[in-house]
Amino acid sequence: MSDNILSIIWLTPLVGMIAVMCLPKESAQLIRYVANAFAVLGLLVTIPMIRAFDSANGDFQLIERVDWIPALGAQYYLGIDGFGYLMILLTVVVGWLSILCSWASIQNRVKEYYAFFLFLQAGMLGVFMVLDVFLFYVFWEIMLVPMYFIIGIWGGKQRLYAAIKFFLYTLAGSVLMLLAMLTVYFKHFEQFGFYSFALEDLMRVAAYTGPDMQFWLFWGFFVAFAVKVPMFPFHTWLPDAHTEAPTAGSVILAGILLKMGLYGLVRFAMPMFPKGATDDLTVTLVAVLSIVGIVYGALVSLMQSDWKRLVAYSSVSHLGFCTLGLIALNPNGIAGGMLQGLNHGLSTPLLFLAVGVVYDQRHTRAIADYGGLANRMPVYTVLFAISLFASMGMPGLNGFIGEFTILRGAFEVSAVWAGFAVLGIVLGAAYLLWLFQRVMLGPITNPENEGVRDMNLREIVVMAPLIAGCFWIGLYPKPCFEILEAPTRKLVERLDPDYYSRQAEALAGHDETLALALAEDSAASE
Amino acid sequence: MMDPITFTLDDFHVLKPAIILCLFGCGILLADAFVVRHTGRRWINAVTALAGEGLVALVLIGHLADVRTQGAFAGLGGSVVIDGFGVFFNAIFAMAASLAIILSARYMESEGEHRGEYYALMLFAQAGMSLMATGQDLVVLFVALETMALSFYVLVGFLRSSRKSNEAAMKYLILGAFSSGLLAYGLSILYGIAGSTNLADVGEAVAGRPDGDWVLTLALITTSVGLFFKIAAVPFHMWAPDVYEGAPTPTTAYVSVASKAASFALMIRLFLVAYGSAADAWIPLLGGIALLTMTVGNLAAVTQSNLKRLLAYSSVAHGGYILLGLVAANEAGLRGVAVYILAYVFMNFGAFALIAALRRDGEAAEELEDLNGLFSRSPGYTILMAIFMLSLAGIPPMAGFYGKYYIFLGLLGEGYYLLAVFAALYVAVAAYYYFRVIRACWLEPSGEKPAALEMNLGTRVTLAASGALTVIIGIMPQRFLDLAGESVLAALR
Repeated sequence: MSDNILSIIWLTPLVGMIAVMCLPKESAQLIRYVANAFAVLGLLVTIPMIRAFDSANGDFQLIERVDWIPALGAQYYLGIDGFGYLMILLTVVVGWLSILCSWASIQNRVKEYYAFFLFLQAGMLGVFMVLDVFLFYVFWEIMLVPMYFIIGIWGGKQRLYAAIKFFLYTLAGSVLMLLAMLTVYFKHFEQFGFYSFALEDLMRVAAYTGPDMQFWLFWGFFVAFAVKVPMFPFHTWLPDAHTEAPTAGSVILAGILLKMGLYGLVRFAMPMFPKGATDDLTVTLVAVLSIVGIVYGALVSLMQSDWKRLVAYSSVSHLGFCTLGLIALNPNGIAGGMLQGLNHGLSTPLLFLAVGVVYDQRHTRAIADYGGLANRMPVYTVLFAISLFASMGMPGLNGFIGEFTILRGAFEVSAVWAGFAVLGIVLGAAYLLWLFQRVMLGPITNPENEGVRDMNLREIVVMAPLIAGCFWIGLYPKPCFEILEAPTRKLVERLDPDYYSRQAEALAGHDETLALALAEDSAASE
Repeated sequence: MMDPITFTLDDFHVLKPAIILCLFGCGILLADAFVVRHTGRRWINAVTALAGEGLVALVLIGHLADVRTQGAFAGLGGSVVIDGFGVFFNAIFAMAASLAIILSARYMESEGEHRGEYYALMLFAQAGMSLMATGQDLVVLFVALETMALSFYVLVGFLRSSRKSNEAAMKYLILGAFSSGLLAYGLSILYGIAGSTNLADVGEAVAGRPDGDWVLTLALITTSVGLFFKIAAVPFHMWAPDVYEGAPTPTTAYVSVASKAASFALMIRLFLVAYGSAADAWIPLLGGIALLTMTVGNLAAVTQSNLKRLLAYSSVAHGGYILLGLVAANEAGLRGVAVYILAYVFMNFGAFALIAALRRDGEAAEELEDLNGLFSRSPGYTILMAIFMLSLAGIPPMAGFYGKYYIFLGLLGEGYYLLAVFAALYVAVAAYYYFRVIRACWLEPSGEKPAALEMNLGTRVTLAASGALTVIIGIMPQRFLDLAGESVLAALR
């Protein structure tokens, strides 16, 4: 058993899916219980992983490796490091909560819903643990299918359009990734004489490919991940998908699917093509796109009249921070980018859950339809405010830690980058607080809001773990940084082998200047 | 100096599949005329035809064993050669024909056109295809092609009372005859160049021609155009949608899979052996046509409302992808052709089997909106439909993905990056219309008078076989990829 910890983690939801499919579709209540049981089980099976994981070790751990298609050199090859570890934990938690929060809001085609959801969960977990590029592609693609159905069947009015748009955008990005993948794979064969899709084998190809080739290959991967992140200008699928998806779908999209883009960058694109990632043009382009995303996302959020759309565009802005951090290519930037990804995975689901609570009662997303909800919903007001503050980057909550670390990383590269990022934070506070003011404060202007009830226990239970996570990372982020440190260090060394020795030299230089200054001071005082 | 014509046991061994098919075809004609039609049990003809397929399968297994132990072997003075490539394609024809026969029995019954000739023609067509994949002689190849084509002209028009079916047959016949004429013209020029009809001799003669030789160019263009018609490559695809729509659905599936596979087999032989030295001339030609084919096929499929027409245009687009494998002309590319065709048999037959079963009040229902809300009526089969569509779209881990995988790999290996990027992006376009089918089944509400799937034994068997193989090739493709690789090595030599 202990050898198959990761397999068990991703197979548990899949077994759950099969179990749900075997149940008769009339017994909706039973299906709900079974699906939730498997979601909780999915949490429990990560305990062995948590116990076995060694955060000081920067190499891949809990490895499972079996030949799958020898003709292609594709293997069933799993393993995690700090990046994957955190993402898996986020996935099981957010996945569990979104299954839980669907309890009352999904009333038709219940069986299919939970089957698709568990399937999606299995696919997402797979993405975060594979180390074979071919298998990664399989998980990456297959996961789109259940998401298509979740948006398309249980979404809002424009669901059909949103579902296919989501699917096609992501597919177009990923076929380009497939081509880049195959090119590296072919070059590996030319160089080493055997076919392999294992990540470490393909990483070796970098030493034999020129900067130009690496540039194009990096961008082949990058486009796929940029669509997923989503980075400006590849983001246009996101507002539609987020807005139209059912609450749980939005939660999963924002919480996990977007993180796959970030994860893909640090796991595959950057280490496989270090010269492509550190290319001046790449860095400039990605940084500019990130900054445009930060500011543009925030400005568009300010303009939204639809509550969910506002939160959706805020994701564009927040994920811009993450990619800006990653492309800073230094430890603070990368660790901060991944941590902020995690934070976004906690705080944005909270915002979507908050919308879901009132949407389930009022069936409207228009901000103008609300107002003065604080008068009727005290518990909701508090929880929603915490979610907003977490998302805004209020000190003491998680968003602050992530943004701060990213700013440190960005500042190391360019003060201009950091300046624009700060502008994004200010705008973020503006659109979130303004949202709060419009929906929560003041008198109740719309008589239909008189009858809203406050949150029930299940709704509170769904939000509580995420809020706890926000406070935990906000007040005591050390464990997360420890987990991120080893893989970040490995990645930075791969991208810029001299980085740490340069830092050490610079530090030593500072010491000398400091000593000199002190000596002068003492001389002067004498 | 001609060898005296004798017919030895070796010749018989090489020709066995075609001989068996012809004998069974004639047998069915006779039995139907004198015995079966009086009993009223026309399904006996189908069983006889399947028995013939079984025998062919046994012969093919024997051929494969011989090829593995002693290498390729020839008969009829080198006009027909059995190698891994030929056996592989023959196996594909046998599988396609078997599925078509199984699917046909009930379908033709309910269309009121259940006759012995139908099965006999299927077998005759297969005999032609068998020689298209194994022939090494211009005349053998041409006669084989015509045998297949003539049988298909009749099969397409087999629904005599349906005007669409008649129209389709007429179009197919006229355009087919025209393309055969062009092909024959091209082949005659090749004979003129080489003074021999043997492919290898032709290849040598072609290699001896100077660069930019206009006679050779003329031969290349006329033979290519003739074959482009057969594989429905743009701009010679106009017959395909009408024929696919008008023909009895099992025949549509058979034509779309087998006749395309056979034409590609012939094309690979002709281009690699006879035109092998003129690759610089035909690679841009085929590359351009492939790009055009994918563009038109995919874009036209997007707007179709008839399921059979949608699949027809999608089949045109698939032809473009397969052609790209030949453009790459390396091991990966050709392996891609073989794997692609193998997967295409199952996913395409599966999709057509479901369409054949879709009926409203006994009438065939073939519009996209007839699928609306199908999931609420038959969830299991709708899941199968989704699997076939995902496979056709090339989403892993379905069988259809591996063909594209190898073809992309082949293109990248030769450095045709731009072509690969176009081909890859068209995957997204194609996904759009395959998802229209999925969307109709799952997301649209049922109409007032919904069409239902009328299942029978034949449909179930076809669906079970094609569904299982689409998934198995997808998840455990090793053995199938090996077989395809083996066959391709024989073609490359």
